[in-house]
Amino acid sequence: MTAPYAALALALLVFPAIASDFFLTQIGGYSLIWGMLALSLMVLAGYGGMVSLAQITVAGVAGYSVAIFGENATGIMGFGWPWGIVVPVAVALAAVASALIGWIAVRTTGIYTIMITLAVATATFYFTQQNAEIFNGFSGLSGLRAPVIWGVSLRDPLPFYYLCLGAAVLSFAAVLYGARSTFGLTLQAIRDNPRRMAAVGYDVTAHKVFAWALAGVIAGVAGVLLVWFNGRISPGTIGVGAAINVLIIAVIGGLRHPIGPFLGAVVVVLMQTFAIDIVGADRFNTLIGLVFLSIVFVSPDGLLGLWARYAPRMQQEPLR
Amino acid sequence: MSLAEPQGITARQGWGVVALAAAALLCWLVFAVWPAWLSDLLISKKAFVSALLNGLTLSGLYFLVASGFTLIFGLMRNVNLAHGSLYLLGAYVGYEVASRTGFWLIGVAAGFAVGTLVGLALQVLVFRRLEGDDLRQTLVSIGISIVAADLMLAVWSGATYQILTPAWLDGAVTLPVISVVKSDGTLVFLKYPFYRLIVLAAAVVIGIGLWLGLNRTRVGMIIRAGVDDREMLSASGVNVHRVFALVFALGAGLAGFAGVVGGSALSVAPGEDVRYLLTSLVVVIVGGLGSIPGAAIGALLIGLAEQVGLVYFPTYGIALTFVIMVVTLAVRPQGLMGGRR
Repeated sequence: MTAPYAALALALLVFPAIASDFFLTQIGGYSLIWGMLALSLMVLAGYGGMVSLAQITVAGVAGYSVAIFGENATGIMGFGWPWGIVVPVAVALAAVASALIGWIAVRTTGIYTIMITLAVATATFYFTQQNAEIFNGFSGLSGLRAPVIWGVSLRDPLPFYYLCLGAAVLSFAAVLYGARSTFGLTLQAIRDNPRRMAAVGYDVTAHKVFAWALAGVIAGVAGVLLVWFNGRISPGTIGVGAAINVLIIAVIGGLRHPIGPFLGAVVVVLMQTFAIDIVGADRFNTLIGLVFLSIVFVSPDGLLGLWARYAPRMQQEPLR
Repeated sequence: MSLAEPQGITARQGWGVVALAAAALLCWLVFAVWPAWLSDLLISKKAFVSALLNGLTLSGLYFLVASGFTLIFGLMRNVNLAHGSLYLLGAYVGYEVASRTGFWLIGVAAGFAVGTLVGLALQVLVFRRLEGDDLRQTLVSIGISIVAADLMLAVWSGATYQILTPAWLDGAVTLPVISVVKSDGTLVFLKYPFYRLIVLAAAVVIGIGLWLGLNRTRVGMIIRAGVDDREMLSASGVNVHRVFALVFALGAGLAGFAGVVGGSALSVAPGEDVRYLLTSLVVVIVGGLGSIPGAAIGALLIGLAEQVGLVYFPTYGIALTFVIMVVTLAVRPQGLMGGRR
């Protein structure tokens, strides 16, 4: 497995040398951000058996925190704290919010989790849209600037790409490590047989809620990057469309391995950017919906599942 | 010492007294002439009673949508997240038919019919293939709702439509509720749109009909048996697939019907599908999945909370819905009327 990783890492590192600024941010950075959001879903769904539709809400908590505690141009909130404090606070709040959502969701199991998290995501969307005092309602908070460190603006294409890459690689490695840690193995055991694990003496709820908090950290970091990317946050950013987008990315890529979400993100972002030339900007959702439907029908494990199914056949020696 | 010895008030009796007191207080709030301090506290009697009535009407609408959702889930373990799309489709088709034929009732029938047909097609062509795989069914229903929303946007654009109600449903009725007493002693009675009362009445009638159908007929008995244990039902010789198709068609038809009825009371626009999906979700989470009385109670709570919240704390209204859901999940994860699963 090391050789493919090394090749991938090299490709990602030298990508800026061949890519234009547009490719660097709109495709590279953007895919990495959505990949992280989908990764946080993959952690819950793949290792915990809890499919969440509220990951964008968690990212939104971090995003709105950046806008509220940092600086924004709307004149609402914007405490102007330095970014060195704002970012950890935002990520921590996202983790707490995620743990709370998780604590609500794990009171029931299976398919209920989807319903409850979707209800939470939708209600949060309507709440931010309705609330003018803190979230500035429909128009949201704009004029958010990524910090400038040693004269380098993090929003410039090259630094932003490497920032996203760094964050994504860190979370990817953390998930890989976490999955093999004691906690990760316990979580997977709970996914497979919660009653037995409870009988053996593990606190099932606590493990699940902690998994939510960890996934919340990843989603929170992605949320911070997302508001720096957009320069603004509004209810539309955390709407139902976005919530479902995260799920689509994760499912298209595959929920079995942490590389799946990033694969899905690249595919979806490329489609988003170039499908406009094929089907027109208006009917993009139909296209992505159909792709999603066919993936769910053909290969429940996403593109990774397709790979796992066909790769062994290609390696087989033909009969002579 | 006999076993029947009275031991003070039981919890049940205690709650009965509390419920009676609450009902009496509500009656007083609605029918009495309010003293000045109460008007100061709750804005005005007109605002309060209107919020209450609006909440009830909205509850009726929510119940129509959510009852189909809860039946489908209860029986098939199928979280149909395209349920809101059925509502919106019913509303659009109802609008087209009503405005072309000029008969509102034909529009309502068309909304129900299109919901039924699409629901039947979904169940037979899509969900039956994925039977027993909850997660994939849910994912597929999400995919369908995305495509449906986009195609409806293509056909009906982003404009807002209003389905016109016929003349005999228009106008307002005067309710036997005094809103204020003028300084010269004349009584001002509260007026309320007739159509909204009809919506409420329709929801109540359909609710009772559903309950009777489920509890007093053979088909209802089969459906209830299916909710409890569909393998056993199938083993005892019932064609479960026919029951599934029937229930799905009925639930989807109700969503389409509610679309036309709701589109006449409010309006039809993109995004309404998500709104009604959210309320269906919250209503069944609060009420308990698979239970018609649960859907009624949930719809009542959410509808009232939304409208009363809108009047008294406009920017935090949605938070009330949240609170109701979280409290229910914390106290009774299976929902108020849900059985242990």
